[in-house]
Formats: sequence, C-alpha cells, structure tokens
Amino acid sequence: MLVITCPYCQEAREEEEFSYAGEAYIARPAVPEEVDDATWGDYVFHRKNPRGWHWEQWQHVAGCRKVFAVKRHTVSYEIAGSWTLADGKALYEEEQA
Amino acid sequence: MSGYRIHRPGERINRQKPLSFVFDNVQYKAFSGDTLASALLANGVRLIGRSFKYGRPRGIVGFGAEEPNALIQLETGAHTVPDLKATQVELYQGLLAGSTTGYPSLDFDLKGLLGKFGRFMPPGFYYKTFMEPVKAWPFYEKFIRKAAGYGRAPTEADPESYDHLHHHIDVLVVGGGAAGLWAATLAGRAGLKTLLVDEQAEMGGWLLTERRSRIDGLSGMDWVNQRLAELASLPNVSVLPRTTAFALHDLNLVQAVELLQDHLPLTERNAALPRQRLHKIRAHQVILASGAIERPLVFGYNDVPGVMTAAAGHSYLNRYGVAVGREVLVQTQNDAAYEAALDLALSGVKVTLADARQGGAAAWRQQALKNAGAELLLGHGIAKVLGDKSVSGAQLVKLDARNNQVIGSGPRLSVDTVLSSGGLTSTVHLFCHNGGRPLWNQQQLSFVCPDEGRENIACVGAITGRWELSDALDQTHATVAALLLGHGRGSTGKAPAVASEEVAAPRAIFRLPDGKPEGHGAKAFVDYQNDVAAADIHTAVRENYRSIEHVKRYTALGFGTDQGKLSNINGFAIAAEALGKPIAEVGTTTYRPSYTPVTFGALAGPHVGETFDARRYTAMHASHDARKAEYEVVGQWLRPWYFPKPGEDLHAAVNRECLATRNSVGVMDASTLGKIDVKGPDAREFLNRIYSNAWSKLDPGKCRYGLMLDENGMVMDDGVTACLADDHFHMTTTTGGAARVYSWLERWHQTEWPELKVRFTTTTDHWATVAVVGPNSRKVLQKLCTDIDFDKDAFKFMDGRSGTVAGLPARVFRISFSGELAYEINVDANYGRYMWEEVMKAGAEFDITPYGTETMHVLRAEKGFIIVGQDTDGSMSPNDLAMSWAVGMKKPFSFLGKRSLLRSHTAGAGRKQLVGLLPLDPKVVLAEGAQILSNTDDTVPAAMQGHVTSSYHSAFLGRSIAMAVLKDGSKREGDTVFVWAHGKSVPAQVVSSVFVDKEGVRQHA
Ligand SMILES: [Zn+2]
Repeated sequence: MLVITCPYCQEAREEEEFSYAGEAYIARPAVPEEVDDATWGDYVFHRKNPRGWHWEQWQHVAGCRKVFAVKRHTVSYEIAGSWTLADGKALYEEEQA
Repeated sequence: MSGYRIHRPGERINRQKPLSFVFDNVQYKAFSGDTLASALLANGVRLIGRSFKYGRPRGIVGFGAEEPNALIQLETGAHTVPDLKATQVELYQGLLAGSTTGYPSLDFDLKGLLGKFGRFMPPGFYYKTFMEPVKAWPFYEKFIRKAAGYGRAPTEADPESYDHLHHHIDVLVVGGGAAGLWAATLAGRAGLKTLLVDEQAEMGGWLLTERRSRIDGLSGMDWVNQRLAELASLPNVSVLPRTTAFALHDLNLVQAVELLQDHLPLTERNAALPRQRLHKIRAHQVILASGAIERPLVFGYNDVPGVMTAAAGHSYLNRYGVAVGREVLVQTQNDAAYEAALDLALSGVKVTLADARQGGAAAWRQQALKNAGAELLLGHGIAKVLGDKSVSGAQLVKLDARNNQVIGSGPRLSVDTVLSSGGLTSTVHLFCHNGGRPLWNQQQLSFVCPDEGRENIACVGAITGRWELSDALDQTHATVAALLLGHGRGSTGKAPAVASEEVAAPRAIFRLPDGKPEGHGAKAFVDYQNDVAAADIHTAVRENYRSIEHVKRYTALGFGTDQGKLSNINGFAIAAEALGKPIAEVGTTTYRPSYTPVTFGALAGPHVGETFDARRYTAMHASHDARKAEYEVVGQWLRPWYFPKPGEDLHAAVNRECLATRNSVGVMDASTLGKIDVKGPDAREFLNRIYSNAWSKLDPGKCRYGLMLDENGMVMDDGVTACLADDHFHMTTTTGGAARVYSWLERWHQTEWPELKVRFTTTTDHWATVAVVGPNSRKVLQKLCTDIDFDKDAFKFMDGRSGTVAGLPARVFRISFSGELAYEINVDANYGRYMWEEVMKAGAEFDITPYGTETMHVLRAEKGFIIVGQDTDGSMSPNDLAMSWAVGMKKPFSFLGKRSLLRSHTAGAGRKQLVGLLPLDPKVVLAEGAQILSNTDDTVPAAMQGHVTSSYHSAFLGRSIAMAVLKDGSKREGDTVFVWAHGKSVPAQVVSSVFVDKEGVRQHA
C-alpha cells in the first residue's frame, strides 16, 4: 500500500483514499482529424508501461477529488514526488528533453 | 499412553482451574493455560492425523506456529474453524475438536495402505498419475480431495464480527521475547509511540520455557514481568498479546491479527465485541524480534507419533507440566537440546542423549546431564525409529567425525519418545515479505537477517542468529540505542546483564545417514504436512529440477499451512547436497504473506454486507413498501421491480402495469437516475466536447438526449440534460453510471481542458424524481400545479419548466422513456415521499398505476430505446445503434470519440448493429443472450451473427418482441434469422427496433 501526498491537500494519505487515473501527460492530438489512424490509435491505446520511473495521474477521490501527477518507480514503488498537473508537466518535459 | 502430567516450578497452567474438552468424541480433562496440544499430550493422545499423501499416522511435532501435523477442526456448525494447529488453540471449558484427516476414519486409512507401497508415489506423483484420460479429471479430483482430508469450511454464515484498527506509530516491535521486550522498553523510555505485538497469550518467548537464565539477577520470568510492568506504566506504549504480525508491506505497513475471543468458550463470548481484530500498522521504525524456531533432524521414520522437536518436549514440560514420555531419546547436533534433556532427566524421565558430534556439548553441559542420571552417546545418530502408531524404540548408528557417513552400528534403544534438534532457524519471514533476502550463516547454520537490517527495519535477537541470551540482549541494546541516537533521543543506559556460557559449535548435519543410499532405507521425512521425504528431493534434482523454487513446486516442500517452518532449511540443505552446491548458493524459496493463516473474517473486518456494498433507498421507499413492491438491485439502489396485486406473478403484474400506462397513466420512481449539476460560463462548450451531439443551440427551458462516447468512439453512457440557464445545466446519467460519469467529467476537465470555466456537483441524492407517464399524465399534472402552463403547445415535448407542484418548488421536464406523453417532476429529496403520494391522490380518478423497472424495460423496448450496458457492451458505436442522429459531426471541437468513428474498422462493414426481432411464433419470448444464426445449421463452429440483447412479451402489442445486435443488421430488415438457445433454433424476422408508434404521435400529444 502506497502513501501518497496530495499536492492540493498537502497531506500524505493512505492509497485507499486515491484512485489511479492512468499515465500522465498523454498528449491528445490538437486536431484529431488531421492525424492518421495509426497515430490516433497510439494515443487511444498505447501506453509506456515502463520498468522504472513512471509519470502517472492519481485522483484524490475520497478527498479533494483533484487529479494530480505522481512520479513513481514501478519496481521499487518508490514515489519521487507528487505535483499539480501543471507543476509536474514542467518537470516531466525537462526530463523528456 | 505415554504423555502425563508432572508438576514443574513456574508452569504456566493453573491447576486450580480444571477444564474438560472433547476430541474425536472422547472427553478429556485439562487445565486453564493448556493448549489443545498440551492437553492431548497430557492425556496420552498421540495419533492426531493422517499424512497428506501416504496416510501415515501423525502426531504432534511442535508447540506453536511451526506445527505441521496436528491440524484440527474446532467446534461445529456456524462456529466451526478448519485446520487450526492444536499447538495454537488455547483450551477453554467445553472445547469441541476433532481430527481433520483420515479417510474413511482416523484409525483405518485407505492411504495408509497406499503408503505401504510408497515407492509407487514419487514426487510429481499426482502430475504423473492423474494425467490421462482428461475425461477422468473430475473423478480424480473428487477422490484426491476426499482422500487428502483436511478441514471442512463452514457452510453457515459466520455469526461473529471482526474489525479493523489503524495505527500510525513511531516504533512497532514484533515479538515479545527477551529481545522484543528490551527493544520496546528502550523505545518506550525514549518517549516514542511504541506498539509491541506477540502471537502468544503470554509475553516472554523462549523465557516461558527456559528457566535457568538470570537477567539482571532476576529469573527470566521475573524479568519479563518487570518489563511488562514498566511498559504498562508508559502511556506511549501498547502491548498486544495473541497478536500475530503476519505481513510486512511497502513503507512499513504491517498487518497483524489479534485473537480477541478465540480463547473463550462460545457461550462466554461477548457478541457485542469482535472475535478478531486486524491491525493495520504504519510504523516509522519496525523492530523485528521474531526469534527463531528449532528444526528437527531428518532421519528414518522420523514421522512416527512420539517424534517431536526437543524445544517442543522442553516446552510441554516446563510450560504445561506435561512429560511427553517416560523413556526419551534426545537426538541433537547442538548444545541447546541438552537443556531439554537435563530438565526431563531432573523431572524423573529416563533420558538418553545422542549427539551427532564426537566431542559433544561444552563440558559443563555434559557433566550436568550425567549428574542428572542421563546416558550420553557421542558421535551417534538415529538410523530409524521403531514403532507404527507410536514410538517403541530407535536404532542408532555411529557417525564419522567429519563426513556425514555411518562408520558402525549403534545400540537399539527401547524408548517411547524421540526428541530431535537440528539447530535453530531464524524467523526471517516478515523481513523477506517485501523483497528482503536472508543471509546464510555457516556458524549458526541458519538463514538469518543481516545485523544492519534495512531502511527503517531493525533486526534484533535470534532473528540475526544470536542464539545465546547474552548475545541477543547485547545486540538488541546496541542496535536500538543506535536507532534512538539517530532519532536524537538521549542515553539508554546499559544492556541487561546475563552471564555468558561456554558453547560448543553445532555440527553441520541435517539428514542423519543410515548407511544406505538415499531412497533405499527407511523413509526420512523433511516436510511432514506434504509427505516430502529426503529421497523425493534427491529424485527431483535427478529429474533435473535445479532451482530451489522448482524443487519446491515439484515436491510440494513447504507448501502446507505451516509454510515449511520446520522443513524448509532441511529441504534446502538436502537439495544443496544433491546439487553439489553450498546452501548459501541454493538460497531460499520466496517468503510471502501470510506468516500463519488468517481468517477471511479478519481480512474483511467490518466490510461485509451493506458496509461492504452499501444499499441505497430512494426518498419514496416507504411508499413502495406500503404498496408491496418487489425490488431489484440496480447499482447500489433498491428499485421497485413490479407492484404485484394479490395473486399476481411478475408477468401478470407487468402486463397490467404496461396497459394501464399506455391507456391511462402510470407512475414510476425515477430518483435513482444519476444527476450532475453542470455550471459555469463554459458549461455549454464542455457539454459539446463530452457529448457526441450538439449543445450550442439548446435554449434555456429545453432538454436534449445526449450520448457519451469514450475516446474509442463507443457509447459509454446516455441521458437527458436540461438547460436551466445559459450557463447552467441539469445532466442525468444512467442509474449505474452516475459515479463513473462524474469522475469522467472531472478528469477531462482537470487534465485536458482546465481552461474551461465549469464546475460539477453530484446532485443524485438531492432530487427525488417522479415520472408521470401516459395519455392522462397532463391531467394529473394540471391538478397539482397552477403556475406552469401544460398546454401542448406551451409546454412541448423536451421542454423543461420550473414551477410549483403540490406546493413545492419543482423542476418539471417533459421527457419520455416510454414513448408516451410523460413528465418527470423533480423536487427536493426530503419531499420525495410527499410528492409521490400527492401524485397518487391526484391520479386516483385515472386509476394511476405505479410501475417498476420491469414495466419500464418493456415500455422502452416497445420504442426501441436502448439501455446502456444491456443493449450495448462497450463495443457499440452510435452508428451501430442507428443513432447517428445523436452525433454532431460538424461541431467545431473534435468531441470525445469523434476521431475514432472515422477509423477504418469503426466505419467499416461487418459490424454488429441494433435491430428489432419478431419471433415468427408470437408466443415465444426469445432468451436474452441467445446467439443468432443465419440458418438452422448449428453445426460447430456455427457462424454466429449476433445475439439477443432485450426480449419481452408486450401486452400492448399482444406478442413477443426483442432487440438484438446483428452483423450488418441495418441492411437486413425483412430477413429471417434463427435464434439458438438451449439446443433449439427459433425463427424470427428482422424488423425496425421501434415496435410502437413509429411516428412519435403519442409522446408529442
Ligand atoms: Zn487532496
């Protein structure tokens, strides 16, 4: 069981209060009609599923109901931190660059 | 009869409190403080069970969680508990227990005969024997399960309750022996919030058995009591006996189960309190002081009842005042077992001690034993035990000083009991539950936890391989003092003083040789519960199983409810020898929770029944009860299913309700529909993105049916949304989809379109909704309301109005899920029942008829209206449902799922589409879920064309109707298809799914 910090509530809480909301920062094509079927299919279906650090979304469903970003290690379950989606995005993009 | 009571100083039983109990239909006497095992031994009962594979007679081997044999069934009926270890069952007055194994009876066992042909049952026996023919598997399974025995699960509901308690603490100490008590004392003195748990009824661990040690000048138990008194005086410390820490998860989450009332007679248990409690403990620091368990040696016929561990024999004597035999052979390879031999000898038992070591124990121990009158045989090992259902003797051999080989025959002893000690095995389980690995310690001959522990987990005492009390306490003190220093806590004083004693090294021997090649001599068991013998491990290695994990699975080593607490190390050592590798390299199998079995009740705790899956009731529930509604569960809601009149069954009631509604007026409780208040300047834009249809032109006072698609373009929910104001909408969802849709809206808003100014509020419970349906519905509403104009042109189909109904502020929507003229009245939920009754009164002159979900389903199917989740399954696009009218492909924003509708597969031919079906025989109601074929040929594999999704008898049409999804269905109107169910094909004609009022005259009336 993870202990997750909600960046809105500023509290470390048991995993039971949260629900997983999928991989973070999947870019929805700005003009979907302009991308081909394969690109659209990647967006809808393909996920990174890494062995290692993973940026993911969690929702504080039994709390403030905010969705936020968590960077979690899929092997050790270590959590590097949690951020609002906007704050996390800057870090995420820095990492990808 | 071999065991008997004997008075021992410091025994833990209370002779002033005699008890009686029944085992296998025989009544016995015991004392308060006994376990079932100690009481059975005191009464001379040895045969407790039959072994799993061979049905060999088995008795009690251990005295705690390590017990592999003595599995019993406790109590009967709803209170019965299967497969408890007799060694862990605290005795109470009137306890009722029985053996779980033995088929057809404990004394005569079919498998016992099989056991005589043991060479025919090699490892993998079941895999090899019960393979072919496949058809016989069910028979094999039945036989194996029956013959395998073991306990019976209760068939009645559990009458007792369970609860959960969460802890957030500084320090958790697991184990209440000397090391754990000292660790808790230090943590407690430092002011840390500390919890100490121990699985036994009494704290003290090995000090409960061992009586010679003195700590700080006190006897062991006096020191324990001093510790407990000090801990009790510290407000920051809690001590929980009868509490087993059974799992350690990430971030120091430890689960422990506390047995609150299991030790009480059923009649004395307090029904208001839980039987067991699950503790979920988050501790900054875990200190593992879980000690060690003595393992037996492996030798020929070491499973005959009367062969036990030396620690068990020692504990029964000192703790329970039970001598396990009159003439006892103690077989050892270490010094500790001398203590058991000495206490037995001093109690008047005739003791012979055989030591596998040529030099024996430290000189002082040998002398003490001789002084007590025991005989000492150095350099000897047991070749085999004699006896069938009970030990009658043992044949010894002389062992080579260095190699584990026989160098000559030894005496044949006449004894009634054999105790063996192969050294201690550290209880490393919790340390390993979430990835920790134990280390092999060749001096101590055990896998142990590393001294340094790991992050936030400290290991103290015997778990690190420190068998001697003085070493264990020194290491505990040093480790905990360093931790406290790290936490900025001050001086901790000195470690408790224990005189250290001279100890001779143990001999690295696990399997005592008998001079014969493995497999040719007497069977020597490693794992009693699964009948795994030393020869089986050799066979597995010979058959090329190299990894210890594979050897485990092939032989079933360590698979039982004891999880190999006695057998694993012996098994690893024997495998290592067979593989020609050091034990450290062979390693261990994986330790997984639970350490000992945990009841389902404790795991579920209070989350059972309605506290697990809540039941929701609408505001008018009492009205429905009064009208004798039958209910069905939808989502978590209890909804009226139908309202039978006396003598009516479901069909009669539904036919009457349908006709009354179509011909006059019906009324339904629609409160369970999900309702979400959507508000904000961008609410309209948000709806445009989230629904497939267009919302830009919906004026205030208007309603619209909306389809929600997932990004894959498939229908996920539907419902009518009303525009209350330019920036304010009242959204409805399906009853079961409300929570999912609410999350769906929030997530898209927060993750993808945070710039949209819109807010969502779930209002399902805030509104009670009464649907008034049928040609006379307008008249009913007009009677109840004076400030809304119900004229057909003033208040049109799909209009919404706010006004006063029966004196209450209300939102009225003219929407219809039946195809009839219909209104939905929404009022504050607190007035739901009042509104329902007012409608009933106003409708009385029209014979207003309440109806439930079944009639609702028939009425909507007559109109071909879908129910998401019944007529759709997550793979239906709007086009498949012939609902492309609800898709606004020209909307500027690419709404959710739009792009997917254009994908070649989604837009291609051959998809299943919604159609209506009319069975050629109008009396036949098709089976929902039935497969559709193109012709009567149902030869496997038949080409399946689709399936029936909804099917009813329509009283209004006087015939059966159905909805179905059919391959290319939109182009097949007029075709005859064959609906296959229960081995029969029924012909039906493909038609439009709108069966009643295709033009929509009724709903626009
Ligand atoms: Zn929060």
